[in-house]
Amino acid sequence: MRDMIKMVVVITLLSTLSGGLLAYLQEALGPQIEQQKLVFVKGPVLEALFEGAENKPVDSRFKLTVDGEETSFFVGVYDGQPSVVAFEAYGSGFGGNIGVMVAVDTTKDEIYGIGVTTHSETPGLGSRAKTDPAFAAGFRHLSVLESHKVKPDGGGVDALSGATVTSRGVVAAVNKADEIYKAHKDEIVQQAKALAL
Amino acid sequence: MAKTLTQEFTKGLWKEVPPFRLVLGLCPTLGVTTTLENGVGMGLATTFVLVCANLLISALRNVIPSKVRIACFIVVIATFVIVVEQVMQAFAYPLFLKLGVFIPLIVVNCILLGRAEAFASKNGIVSSLADGLGIGIGFTLSLGVLGSLREILGTGAITIPFGASYAVMPAAFEPFGFMVSAPGAFVALGLLLALMNLAPSK
Repeated sequence: MRDMIKMVVVITLLSTLSGGLLAYLQEALGPQIEQQKLVFVKGPVLEALFEGAENKPVDSRFKLTVDGEETSFFVGVYDGQPSVVAFEAYGSGFGGNIGVMVAVDTTKDEIYGIGVTTHSETPGLGSRAKTDPAFAAGFRHLSVLESHKVKPDGGGVDALSGATVTSRGVVAAVNKADEIYKAHKDEIVQQAKALAL
Repeated sequence: MAKTLTQEFTKGLWKEVPPFRLVLGLCPTLGVTTTLENGVGMGLATTFVLVCANLLISALRNVIPSKVRIACFIVVIATFVIVVEQVMQAFAYPLFLKLGVFIPLIVVNCILLGRAEAFASKNGIVSSLADGLGIGIGFTLSLGVLGSLREILGTGAITIPFGASYAVMPAAFEPFGFMVSAPGAFVALGLLLALMNLAPSK
């Protein structure tokens, strides 16, 4: 019986200490990790999206609370106007969530461009959502005021052949981004202006 | 226990070097050694976990009940692995992206549990430290050698860890792409094992 108690006490203590240490570490390193993700995961996608912008969109960002979660918005300045705003939305693909950075042209209410940030899709099939520029180009100039579908579902967006589920996931992420944009448009435009001034 | 500290340290470098002599920890050995940088990065991460886990387990060896010792070892090892993962994400994110799932997989690396069970739980703190350092550095060197072999043959260039890349092969060299793919790992490991067995072992 004493053995039993000792076993339980030792394991409990060890696990508690471990949990405490890891929670502290998470707290201490969280912001730094966030920053690194910004530079190495979202950075390249943002740079490709905002080609030709007059500012550095990775640095000009603001945060809004969307559906109870803090979301970063990145602002691109074109012709002196902070007209393009990009933010990330998620859709579920074949192997988990797909993160899609959606850039919206706020003057025309249309999609300026999209880029996949994180995914765990099948290499060579679904992974082309990130690497095939033709797929991303299919979203350009779509209106953000209506929702979209891939061609196999009777919509207008070209799906990746052999990766319909992934394509649906990306479209779902874009639709979610549209919803976020519609619900928060005034705030987004206002914040972008304030940032550019 | 008649071994000196130096012997505890140096046995990990040659006589009991994990991937080649003990043939342990082959999953990361085969998986990540496509380049020198990946190999060394993985080796250093493993060394850190190994040294910390060895120290803590050795310090707690009289407290841990023997019936639940494996569970306790795993808790200790897993904690340090997550520490490494978080620190790497915060300060070496590109390396973290390349090593990917192999970092969390250090938890199930048999070298760690093996050292904890076979050495740290039976020996004092100082010799456990020497043991952990020796085995860890031996592991890092092995991954480095394997990584550079595969990188040089597979791409014709070598990247100094966290530094610049140099072309080491003449321009006419046709990169042997097979060496950086998964089957190439087995071939490279086999060649190195054969070479090491050629050397006289007492």
